[in-house]
Amino acid sequence: MKLNFRVVIFALAIIFGVVFSVPSLLQMKEGAKVNLGLDLQGGLHMLLGVKTEEAVNSKIKSIASSIKHFSEKNDILFEEIGIDDDTVSITLLDEDDIPHIQEFFNEIEGIAIQQNGLKFSIALTPENVILTQKQAIDQAIEVIRNRLDQFGLAEPTVARQGAEKILVQLPGIKSQDDEKRARELISRAAKLDLMAVDEERAARVDKMSDAEAAKYGDLILPDNAHPGIKYLVNEIPILDGSMLTNAQVGFDQNNRPVINFTLNSEGAQIFGDFTGKSVGKRLAIVLDGKVYSAPNINERIGGGSGQISGNYSVAEAQDLAIALRSGAILAPIYVMEKRSVGPSLGADSIEASMMALIGGFVLVIVFMIVYYRRAGIIANIALIANLFIILAVMALFGATLTLPGMAGIVLTVGMAVDANVIISERIRELLYQGVSIHKAIEQGYDNAMRAILDANITTLIAAVVLYAYGTGAIKGFAITISIGILASMLTAILGTHGIYQMLESRIAKDKDVKRWFGIKEAT
Amino acid sequence: MEFFKYTRTFNFMGSSKIAMVLSVVMVLASLALLLTKGLNYGVDFAGGTIVQVKYVGDAPIDTMRAKLKTTSLFHDATITEFGSPDEVIIRLKTSSKSVSNDIGDQAREVLQGTGDFEIRRVDMVGPKVGNELKEKGIMSMVLAIAGILIYVAFRFEWRFAVASVIALVHDVTIALGMISLFSIDVNLDVLAALLTILGYSLNDTIIVFDRIREGITDSKSTVLGEVINESVTKTLSRTTLTSLTTFFVVLTLFMFGGEIIHAFAFTMLVGVVVGTYSSIFVASPVLMLFGFDIKRYRKRLAEKAKLAAEKEKMRAQYEQGTV
Repeated sequence: MKLNFRVVIFALAIIFGVVFSVPSLLQMKEGAKVNLGLDLQGGLHMLLGVKTEEAVNSKIKSIASSIKHFSEKNDILFEEIGIDDDTVSITLLDEDDIPHIQEFFNEIEGIAIQQNGLKFSIALTPENVILTQKQAIDQAIEVIRNRLDQFGLAEPTVARQGAEKILVQLPGIKSQDDEKRARELISRAAKLDLMAVDEERAARVDKMSDAEAAKYGDLILPDNAHPGIKYLVNEIPILDGSMLTNAQVGFDQNNRPVINFTLNSEGAQIFGDFTGKSVGKRLAIVLDGKVYSAPNINERIGGGSGQISGNYSVAEAQDLAIALRSGAILAPIYVMEKRSVGPSLGADSIEASMMALIGGFVLVIVFMIVYYRRAGIIANIALIANLFIILAVMALFGATLTLPGMAGIVLTVGMAVDANVIISERIRELLYQGVSIHKAIEQGYDNAMRAILDANITTLIAAVVLYAYGTGAIKGFAITISIGILASMLTAILGTHGIYQMLESRIAKDKDVKRWFGIKEAT
Repeated sequence: MEFFKYTRTFNFMGSSKIAMVLSVVMVLASLALLLTKGLNYGVDFAGGTIVQVKYVGDAPIDTMRAKLKTTSLFHDATITEFGSPDEVIIRLKTSSKSVSNDIGDQAREVLQGTGDFEIRRVDMVGPKVGNELKEKGIMSMVLAIAGILIYVAFRFEWRFAVASVIALVHDVTIALGMISLFSIDVNLDVLAALLTILGYSLNDTIIVFDRIREGITDSKSTVLGEVINESVTKTLSRTTLTSLTTFFVVLTLFMFGGEIIHAFAFTMLVGVVVGTYSSIFVASPVLMLFGFDIKRYRKRLAEKAKLAAEKEKMRAQYEQGTV
């Protein structure tokens, strides 16, 4: 018996395979492990779309509120200010104010202004619209990521897919209730608006239609706890959640959970100014289009902090605080694709595919030994090494094992053995021709090599295409097939060749080709 | 143990006419099925929702159906058993856009009171994503075939490439026909299976072609039919062995792999059988049809070899300084 470079490489490959697949097999805490796909461990996969047009609309609204704030602060008199079709229009009363307000407009970037006498129409430039849409997606990704990070799930994935889709993957969700809670957290706009109640007309709110309210530049919003109660508020908010710096769960005097929020300096300034001149009026605290409370303003409120009270549980208040802290999602998101798998189904799938894998594996191994005797054993060593190497490579690259991936491994078992069948058949053929053991082995490998290479490369081509065009679980299939094919070249071709070379002198001495290759003595 | 001992050459090409007729009939029947019955696209490609519900004990399908019928959302839903009597699948053609309250949540609400159940899976694909997946699916099929065609043409000869692609199209068409016949839901996993069939069937074809390539240069015979017969016979043992092992592996997958992997395993099962058949009875006869001329090929090879030898000689002379 002699060592040769093939056996050495093969041995190294086996050591590599065993060492790096142990953490995955024994589910050890440390070391690189194979990730189980959502279909095997259970979890939520969502592809989300973003309604970017709403982001544009919301930007226009905030421009409107800053124009209003500026005008009021600088005593610029205007007849009306309103928003129509993503355009803000303001009509001044005094010609002398025009240069003043134009100066202010110039400070705002990315807007197009049309002037018609005393009337100004302000819209976003097309470039700014595109930019806003892009930012809306970026911001949604950022916000969702922030929220999920604080939610306390292990390894959530939030990533952009394509130009305008967001991929969200949450492994390890335990129950449908948890899943729903996570989805609610993700989708919550968490848009906080502080709005002025229109006290002049508030008494008539129950009889007013939305259209009539719009004429006065007002909005009708329902109460959060009692949808029957309605509030008439000014459609342009005093300020919004973008000026929020912090939100924490606290408790009011009745020990009910509330959310305390703090505004940044600009927000505090605006808030102070507004409350100062609106003493006696009400301030509506609006979250996602619902009025949570509308306290009376008793005095100017400086310091820029406030409270949102509502009838929520501690868990709800916590989720809400997370949502407020991570910022509002300016453009609503919607589901384009959703796949959720319960943990019990995942466990069932693992069990079923393991059964198939072990069943198929045992079948092949027994068959090879019966048919090829010792050559079959050598092929089986390669096959087992192949499995370890697949697992090790997947673990090292942090690849994900999915259910189709399992099928891919099962299939690789079938195909890896093919290489050894081809080689063994070639060797048998040569033995029949009466050549020496040495020559039969060398030439057998030579003859088989071309066919095996061609066959493997074409399968690889199909696998690569699958990887490039597949999504999620299918990618997993392509990965295991590709790794399996590459590993089989190392084990089934190089490895077994090395073993034969090592044992060659023994086989030649033995002269019992039946025991080694499962055929009758060549005569 | 040995199944086939190479003692005499089987006359495969002699029976290729019968095989040709069989193949044409199968392909035409498959096409007819695809055109009339069509494919049963699952949610991945058609869009829609499936909700998989598992009960403790047998699922009360009739009660469920009655309850779902009363709602507008689930009015058109179909309910079928999934693998075992305690598990059912609700299929809907629609999907919902809401993140926080989706069809799965609503199904749970509606089914409240029908027994002790758990919603184990919700797959919801919107129309846009469904179309994208379909486009990508077709694209991947075309690209895979094109890539294979180029590779085989490069490694063998264009006639080999065309013959192998005809065999591939033959296999995929028949597999699709069977999928249509048995009303299998066509989802992403079936697409993966079809692509695997491509790879597998090609595997087989290439092993046979490799032998033919060898025979073309080395065989005593210069008649293409004889060379093919010889080559196919020589690979018969391997073809049978590998096909059998793969077949059994896929069969275990089909029987024990669970309901989710069923469609995949079914497609593979059909593919293994058809793929093995086609490498012997489709790819090789097509090669004959193209009329590959062995004598001419050998002559060309000889000329090439001669040219190379002369070149070598020239170089040797040049290096020695004799020219």
